[in-house]
Amino acid sequence: MPPPIRRIITEREATVVDPPRQNGQPPASYVPLGAGGPGSIQRPEPSEVEKVERMRSEGVTITYDSKPAVKAVSLRVRQGEVLALIGPSGCGKTTMLRSFNRLVELTPSATRTGVISLDGQDIDTLEVTGLRRRVSMVFQQPNPFPMSVFDNIAYALRQQGSGRPSQEELAPAVTDALERAGLWDEVAEALDHPALRLSGGQQQRLCIARALAAQPEVLLLDEPCSALDPRSTQVIEDLILRLRDEVAIVIVTHNMQQALRIADHVGFMYLGELVEYGPADQVFGAPHEERTREYVGGAFG
Amino acid sequence: MPAPWRPTSPAGSIESWPLADRIGFRLAWAAGVSLCLVAGSIVVYMAVQGLQYLDLGLLFESPQADLDQSKSGGYLDPLVGTVVLTILGTLLAVPLGVATAIWLSEYARPAWLARAVESGVEVVAGTPTIVLAIFGLLVFQRELFSFLSFTAQGDAVFGRSFFIAGTMMSLIALPLVVGATREALQAVPGHVREASYALGKTKAATIRRVLLPAARPGIGTGAALGMGRIAGDTAIVIILLGASLKLDEAGSAPILGDLKGTGSTLTSYVYVNSPAGEGNAPEKAYAAAFVLLLIVIALNYSIDRIAKGRGLPAWTR
Repeated sequence: MPPPIRRIITEREATVVDPPRQNGQPPASYVPLGAGGPGSIQRPEPSEVEKVERMRSEGVTITYDSKPAVKAVSLRVRQGEVLALIGPSGCGKTTMLRSFNRLVELTPSATRTGVISLDGQDIDTLEVTGLRRRVSMVFQQPNPFPMSVFDNIAYALRQQGSGRPSQEELAPAVTDALERAGLWDEVAEALDHPALRLSGGQQQRLCIARALAAQPEVLLLDEPCSALDPRSTQVIEDLILRLRDEVAIVIVTHNMQQALRIADHVGFMYLGELVEYGPADQVFGAPHEERTREYVGGAFG
Repeated sequence: MPAPWRPTSPAGSIESWPLADRIGFRLAWAAGVSLCLVAGSIVVYMAVQGLQYLDLGLLFESPQADLDQSKSGGYLDPLVGTVVLTILGTLLAVPLGVATAIWLSEYARPAWLARAVESGVEVVAGTPTIVLAIFGLLVFQRELFSFLSFTAQGDAVFGRSFFIAGTMMSLIALPLVVGATREALQAVPGHVREASYALGKTKAATIRRVLLPAARPGIGTGAALGMGRIAGDTAIVIILLGASLKLDEAGSAPILGDLKGTGSTLTSYVYVNSPAGEGNAPEKAYAAAFVLLLIVIALNYSIDRIAKGRGLPAWTR
């Protein structure tokens, strides 16, 4: 039974309003926040699929002008699990994430040393547009393009110089991407509506659908929930856990509870260094490093 | 029961302000109201004068050279001239202006060239239209451009035609299109561009499929502003459109001939018929001026609609 919603009106006694109902039942999606008691965080069940290493960074150092932002970071990114990069603001985790699809090269002052490979191939040897189709990214702010829901996905599907496939040809792939992102049921009737009219949570799931449309091997998420409310956050976290079997997922997050809820592996970064990298249970439960202990200390308390 | 709570102005009541502030406030108020009165009186006065002489028949009648004003015809040709010139100028200005704005906003390398282009746009924006007109006459009377206007006996290029006036008119609209488009492009957050690159798109694809659709309301605003300026300009018409009140085609090609030929617009018609001009038919000038005013007000209204109605996409921060 969900808890009642209290509406406080001064000068009158508190009125108690029942949660919204359909046919006498609370809607199926209604899960009370904090179910399972305050403070308890459900850790994800490990995925049953085999873990496959997709990306690897070896001694990656990135500097802006001469100021180092990432110092000699070596990481593995595996399919079948979620890797969370945590750490305080300005610790280099977003820069690290942006180097996986070479987006960091768009910053004129950035230089990178070290090797990043995708399925054993140095990403510097790959064509950058091809690389970004295989390693796609979702940003902190939901950023659908100013076009219809359908066109947002279709835009990601159309390849440079491959002619323009018709709407009918693209429709199955668009439907598939929206279904994988758990948005299909909500927008099936509104595919031709402007994407910017969707709610924030829907916009972010549209961005995830867009990133999934070209069937990438790796999905990079840069604080994807920081602009969203708790309910949308929960929907997106469930989505991430469902997707980790099909694509390798790297998520940057400020929110340690979130890392606890979804990560299988955790990398803790501090001042550009990868201080600790290991299974989430170990990093949160028994960190080797003093700095990690201090930082994650608040996560359980 | 306590007294019901009432909202107060955060500035406090005006009576409590220092004298200087009270005077300043009243002056600001008076400035706004008097401007409103000026605008209102323009519209009302022109409406009264214009409607008095406005005869719908005149809208569909060509002007005639006749001393008897009852036989001197209407202003169909100037009306057509205004529309043609506005369309021509806008058609030239929009692609050029959008291209310039894209380069300035998305490329702008090397920096010195970007600065030069920027000042170039500013110089064009600041040049009085009469100077543009004289400059246009100098340029387009050259042999090289003889295909744009009619050629008199002895191969003298006339240098005056719809083509030529439209080309110079486009320079009036150009800075407005550049400015509005650039502003709209810069309003698109960087992470939207990055989202497109992150999907494996090139810069060209990003500009064409993401940035231009986002900038469309801005481009529309710039184009509408430019159209208003073109419709209202007189100097270029008088110097570069030839002095014929009627559309006078050069050559026999159906549309090209008209564009190569000369004509007039509502502005030059008003000028010629006003007491300052040679026609001395002020009642027709008033009526034509009223029609022109309506056109320009309608354009301004459409700008507001474009800018507010559909609006720029609501980017999330």
